[in-house]
Amino acid sequence: MIVEWIKAALLELQEYTKLCIAVARGSVTRPFYTRDVIEQFDAIGIGSLTVVILTGMFTGAVLALQSGFTLDQFGARTAVGRLVSASMVKELGPVLTALMVTGRVGSGIAAELGSMMVTDQINALRALGTDPVRKLAVPRVLAGLFMVPVLTIISNTVGMLGAWFITVWQLRVASSVYWNSVIDGLYMEDVWMGLIKPFFLGFVIVTIGCHVGLRTSGGTQGVGRATTNSVVAGSVAVLVVNFFVTNVLISLLY
Amino acid sequence: MATPTSQPPSRDASARPGADVTSSEVDAPVIVFEGVDLAFDEKVILKNLSFTIRQGHTKIFLGASGAGKSTILKLILGLLKPDAGAIWVKGERVDQLSELQMMAVRQSLGMVFQEGALFDSLTVRENVGYKLYEESDMPLDDVHRRVEEVLGFVGLAEHIDKAPSALSGGQRRRVAIARAMTAKPPILLYDEPTTGLDPITSVTIDAEIIKLRDLENVSTIMVTHQLRDAFYVAEHTAVREGGEVRLIQADAAKVAETEFIMLRDGAIAFEGDVHELRGSGDPYLQSFLS
Repeated sequence: MIVEWIKAALLELQEYTKLCIAVARGSVTRPFYTRDVIEQFDAIGIGSLTVVILTGMFTGAVLALQSGFTLDQFGARTAVGRLVSASMVKELGPVLTALMVTGRVGSGIAAELGSMMVTDQINALRALGTDPVRKLAVPRVLAGLFMVPVLTIISNTVGMLGAWFITVWQLRVASSVYWNSVIDGLYMEDVWMGLIKPFFLGFVIVTIGCHVGLRTSGGTQGVGRATTNSVVAGSVAVLVVNFFVTNVLISLLY
Repeated sequence: MATPTSQPPSRDASARPGADVTSSEVDAPVIVFEGVDLAFDEKVILKNLSFTIRQGHTKIFLGASGAGKSTILKLILGLLKPDAGAIWVKGERVDQLSELQMMAVRQSLGMVFQEGALFDSLTVRENVGYKLYEESDMPLDDVHRRVEEVLGFVGLAEHIDKAPSALSGGQRRRVAIARAMTAKPPILLYDEPTTGLDPITSVTIDAEIIKLRDLENVSTIMVTHQLRDAFYVAEHTAVREGGEVRLIQADAAKVAETEFIMLRDGAIAFEGDVHELRGSGDPYLQSFLS
């Protein structure tokens, strides 16, 4: 039983690695489906904007609310901005954005590619002379790789605006004090960390969605299973990869 | 039959079955299976399968569900690799080719999948012209013209800008046939092209298969368990008369160009023409035919 499970896990890992290598190769060699890449930048980037803005704004706002009342106990309410900016840029922005993208994009990719698998559309692509990895996976991975960092920056910005709103209107801290505190709380290393991590997270989310989708079998039930698996595996992978990348970046940057 | 060899592919065309096929050599083998075995885990799908398909001829695979019929088409396309044996498509040993090398071989093959497998996100025009739009350098105007031509051939010109979901089951199959023939492949593979369709619609699909075979000299491989359609394809021929295409009863020579293979448990239970099939006293065949 355990041996079977280990075998299956290793097989999944092998297939996932093969997909990542094929995507890397497909990204730098012809044929390259530019129109599909643009479409995916739009679908993954622009399409996720609403959910990322809402998540970022309310996360920043609640962070300001919670930290404001905690800091009050030490008479340090004016330091809210410092706490919000450091938390948003280093951790909450990248991780929450990645989790939201996993829910929206990772599941969508798995469902779409899974449906194409069970209805023979992937085989039809191959029969028509198209490599499904180049046509379907490469555009999505490139979009995830480059749009998740952009979405993270937007989420961070909106989060700090949400926190500003709460800080000024509810905690009654002056706007200039808040923004000075935000800048004081940010170090260049934090900014780098906040910018580098989303590249890894975006790559992981989309490659897992593609991998799960392209290995779907078992009809519509299989598509449902693939969608669930992509969200579960993607969310766990986001948190695990975030931990390891953070660990490496701390030792490199600080 | 040109005897296939199990030697590695040679650059010498004469050493490869079907490598020297030209339009004038209508009897040259275009697909050769030699001792092909395939199993998924413990389940044996194909056992020591050997057959040959010649240019312009038709091979119809019959058999119960799960007999391995559709697997044969996937092996020809290189979507699956056999465990043992050799498969030659137009002189290329496809069981030894990589996915990248297979892309060149697939230029010679058109496949009509079960249920059509049309791309949901594309219109009928984009589906039919997919190969030319995405995988060729043909000027767009020429592609549009070719798409309109093949949609006219299958009688669906007025549906060109519809989504596949707006079409009936029979129309979707005809669009799938149009998509498979757009790039003019010399070999067409049909996977259960009439399954799930009513008898009248099935005849329209059979007619497309016959027209492509007889008017475009396309080699046809059809997998089905619909005997009525199999016999219809075998016993009819398409002729062009004053710009009109008509289906008529095929003569003996034409009927002999269609061969049937009955698969049972992954092996060939019968191989022969329509007369031999009808006249067979084999109890399994009889139970299938009745």
